[in-house]
Order: sequence, then C-alpha cells, then structure tokens
Amino acid sequence: MDHSSLASRVFRRIALALVLVFFMFPIVWIFLMSFQTNEQILRIPPRILFEPTLANYEALISGHLRTTAGNLEISFMRNLMNSFVLSSAAVLLALLLGVPAAYAFARFKFRLGETIAFTLLSFRFAPPLLVLLPLSLYYQQLGLNDTYFGIVWVYQLIALPLILWIVRGYFEDISPDIEHAYRLAGHSWREAFTRIAVPLAGPGIAAAGLLSFIFCWNNFVFALILASADKQPVTVGALAFVTASGIQYGQIAAAIVLSVTPTLLLALYAQRYLVEGLSLGAVKG
Amino acid sequence: MARLELNSIGKGFGPVRCAEDLSLTVESGEIVAVFGPSGSGKTVLLRMIAGMFEPDDGDIMVGGQSIVGAPPERRGIGMAFQNFALFPHMTAQDNIASGLRAKAGARELASRVTSISRLLKIEHVLGHMPRELSNGQKQRTALARALIGNPEVLLLDDPLRNVDAKLRYEMRLELPNLLRRSSAAVLYVTQDYREAMAIADRIAVLIDGRLAQVARPEEVYARPASVAVARLFGDPSINLVEVVPATDQGCLMCEIVGARIRLGSFHDQAADQGPCWLGVRPDDLAVVRSASEDAIPARVVAVTPMHERAVLLLRFPDGTEWLAALPPDSPMASADDGVFVRFAPEAALLFDRATGLRVDVPHRRQAA
Repeated sequence: MDHSSLASRVFRRIALALVLVFFMFPIVWIFLMSFQTNEQILRIPPRILFEPTLANYEALISGHLRTTAGNLEISFMRNLMNSFVLSSAAVLLALLLGVPAAYAFARFKFRLGETIAFTLLSFRFAPPLLVLLPLSLYYQQLGLNDTYFGIVWVYQLIALPLILWIVRGYFEDISPDIEHAYRLAGHSWREAFTRIAVPLAGPGIAAAGLLSFIFCWNNFVFALILASADKQPVTVGALAFVTASGIQYGQIAAAIVLSVTPTLLLALYAQRYLVEGLSLGAVKG
Repeated sequence: MARLELNSIGKGFGPVRCAEDLSLTVESGEIVAVFGPSGSGKTVLLRMIAGMFEPDDGDIMVGGQSIVGAPPERRGIGMAFQNFALFPHMTAQDNIASGLRAKAGARELASRVTSISRLLKIEHVLGHMPRELSNGQKQRTALARALIGNPEVLLLDDPLRNVDAKLRYEMRLELPNLLRRSSAAVLYVTQDYREAMAIADRIAVLIDGRLAQVARPEEVYARPASVAVARLFGDPSINLVEVVPATDQGCLMCEIVGARIRLGSFHDQAADQGPCWLGVRPDDLAVVRSASEDAIPARVVAVTPMHERAVLLLRFPDGTEWLAALPPDSPMASADDGVFVRFAPEAALLFDRATGLRVDVPHRRQAA
C-alpha cells in the first residue's frame, strides 16, 4: 500500500464521518433532548453533559402533561396506536389493490392502460390541501368524516400510486417466460401469479410497502382535516405540545423518538430483504 | 399418443406477418427441427402452439383435437425455453416437480423426479437453487421439467443456444436418444443448421414466416428447394453465380468467366429456362494448378485455416468471389497464387433467377 492511497483512504474516512455527522446530528440531538427538561434544553449555551430525566417519557406514556400553566391531558399513546392502525391498514389495502393492478399494467397492454397508470401517479402531483376541501365536504355527506376507514381510504392517495409504480417495474423485470413455463406445467393463471410473480417481485413489494408505510406514517394534513382527536395519528397529536405555557420541547423530542422508532426498526428489519437480488440468476438473456 | 398438426397457420403483429399459411404435421415420436434465420418466425410459431399467442388464421390440433383457444395449462405441451426460464426461488428438484401436474402423489412424484434427473445426469444438483447451477445443468433441469409430465407435444426453443460449445456438441449426440424415449411429437427450434441436421428426423425451413422446405436433413442439404434454403445450409455458405444455361450438342452448357462448363444432361429441364443461379458448395470445389476448358481461372485472395480444413477465398477475373473448402491433404495454395477451379457437374445446383426455386424439380410444398 503506497503513501498516497493511504492518504486518500484517511481522507475518505474523514469525509464519510463529516457526512455522517451532518445527517445524524439532528437525530442524535433530539435523542439527547428527550432526556432533558425544558429548562435544560433552553439553556444557553447548550451542554452535552446533563442529568438525564425520564420525565418526558413518563408524561407521554401516562398521558399527563404538567406545565407551568397547569396539568394537561394528552393522548399520545392513543395517537401512536392510531398511526399504527391507520398506516398498516392503508398499506395493506394498497398492497391488495396495487399489486394485482401493477401486474396487469406490467403484463397486459389494454386500452387506456398507460393513461390510467399515469392518472394514478398524478395523484402524487396535486398538493394535498387542494384536494382536501372538496374531499372533506364529500366525506361529511358520505359519513366518512372522522372514521378510520375514511382516513385509510384517503391514504390510498399516498400509498397506491407508490406501490403501483414501484411494483410494476419489478414485475416487468421478471421474464414472462418464467410464468409461461409455470403455466405450461399445468398451473392456472392465478397460480402463476401467486406462486411465481409475487414471490419473485417480493423484494420490490416489500420496498414499496415500506416506503408507503413511511409516507403514510409521516402524513399530517389528511388526518388533521378529516379526523378528530381520538382518531388522529402522532403527527397531528404532536400539536398538543404547543401549549398555552409554551412549547414543550422535551416532550416533543421524546414523542419524536417514540414515533420514529417503529419505522426505523421496520426499515432495519426489511433492509436485508430489500437488497436481495431479484432474478437470482435464473434467466440468461 | 398424439400427433401435432398445424393447418394453414397465419399470424401478424400489426403490419408484420410472422406466419403465413404454415402447415406441418409432426408424428408422435418424431423430431422435426424448425430452422430459419433470426426473425423468421420460429419462436412465434412455438408460442402459438404453447398458447402464449393465438393464431389469426388456421388451426392447431393435437391428437385430432383443436387446441386453439385452450389455456396453456390444458394443452398437454411441454416446453424448454432458450433462456431456461427456471423458477429462481425454487430448487432444481421443485423446478422439475412443478412440471408434473398436481395429480401425481408425493411418492410417485419423488420417484419420477429421481428417474428423470438420473437420465439427465443432474441428480447430484437437485437440492441446488438455479443460480448455483452451471448453464449446462440449468439447461438439463429445464429439459427435465419439460419432459417429466410426459407431454404429447414437446417444444424446444433453441435449448442449446446458451450452453458452451463442448456441452452443445455432447447434447447434440444425446438429445435424439433422450427425446426418442418419450413418444412426444417434438418440435425443435434452432438457428444452427448443423444442430438441425444432427437432431431432427425432418427439417422444416422457415423463411419470413413461410415454410420454404420440409424434408429429411440430407435432402434439404443435397436438394434445397430454393436459393434461400441453399444459402442457409452449409458453412462456408454456398457459392452462387449468375449463368444462362444453353443446350449445345445435346449437353447443357454454361459459361462462367470464359470457362465453358458442361453441366451434363441431368439438368435438361433447365434448357428452356432463362437466366439461373448456379450454386456449388465450397466442399465440392477442386482447386488445381493446370488449366483446362472447364476450369475457371482464379486468384487466391486469402487462406483461412478452419478446424480440419482450409477455406480459400478465390477471386475470378470478373471480380466474382467464391469460397473453396479443401481437405488438409490437398496441396495448399497460398495467397496471390493463380489457380483453376473445377467442380463435378453433379455438384452444381441450378435455381431460377426470377423465383429463386431450384429448377430440376418442379417446386411443391412438401407436406409430410
């Protein structure tokens, strides 16, 4: 190993560390904040060393927020639960609808096919607020306002196009011959879809599902307008920390840590499936 | 068992016609090679039989029953694909077993898989995933999968295309025996005329979606139905030159670059033909040093050693270039030598210039 390559290796490490610090700093800082009281957080200059407290987490889990202006009931845990239920149900529904649709778009040419696919994608172009006003009027008339189903439905605007377009690409990458071979072996169209196409597109479906889960989880405006307090997810629930006696930074930090953890764990878990090779060397072109 | 019949199949994609009036019968136990240049419609033909496309016109029958419109899984067809099309998420064993319809019991299934994989010499890799197999093993696994269900019709889409030269040579010897064990009607698509000649009972030459000739391999080689067929068979490919045959003192003569060549009397029917193509295979040429009336003067442009013989590129005084393939024991010419080229009259093939069809036999479509 010569001198210059050693220097470049050291330089690369330093550059990497700098990038890492840049991106990780906010998360680390929030993590530290979640163990501090509001006074400690607002101290100037801020200190790295402090006496950690679990008061923020206690307040979130017990639902009693003590502020200088008095006690406040918050339903953070319920919001967290709502986030879970809403995002999971939305992604599940979107997978049920989107995966077969993606397959159809990938395999069959039909009238208006591309137009329909593009229309679905265009839902992602429109600013959500633009859609929300008419939507909330419709929802009121349909009785879908403030229902879990109503929110799961409106989340399809986020999840469905994402799943459709990502999974479609994965289906297109599978050689149709593989499915033909399975059908010639005496299996129906449906079996070829469930036993060949879906497992082979598995990493893609997992990636699309995970991404749309994260997008649903992070959504704010849909639930803010269409749901009331007991059906709202954490993103909206966090508004409760902006209180009459000031912003509760410590609790917000703790709430962020708690709400980020599930998606982070999910991403870490799914990572090895996501990187798995797709076609596994079965087809030689 | 059943035979496969194609009756006047026609198929087009937009303005492109991939099949036109294709008729062919493959008997049970017979191997017919579908041979043609790329883009001639071979793969489309197989896919119509397999049920991935439906023909626009005509009918496909297996055992006397039309299968047009039937879903692929009900056609009783086994198929091996050029790209193997193994299921990447299943072991070789499961890949092969998937070819046996769900009706077989677990024990029967296992024994059938074992016996077919022994036959194909892949029993030691049954537990492997497709990505762990060599191309040869993938190819055999794909064949086993196609064969295990005892299909009435077996379609092989250029199965040796993606395997290395050595294995391809071995498989050319093995495949006919293997295929004859099943009583299936076999349609074997290939782009390699040698493979077609080695494996098939009959060769169906497909050019631009039409069958140019259906005949036994030696017949296709020796008596090609048209110039196009003659060009496809043989490596190096056949030498062609324009001639105007004329009868002279009871013999059919023609002139090539000043040399008067007697084509013999067997070409008599060509006497009243107009201009023709005269074709001679490079193997049938003799290169000599001495001039004679029926020898064409030429200059050797290049000599290419190929395998067990040498190929000479010859140029006639008028610029026409021919190839000659010489056995190794013949005296070698070197580049720029002046030589003379001769061939036996029987080796010459005559084709009508306008139609491209061979002239000494009236052309007819040779339905089996």
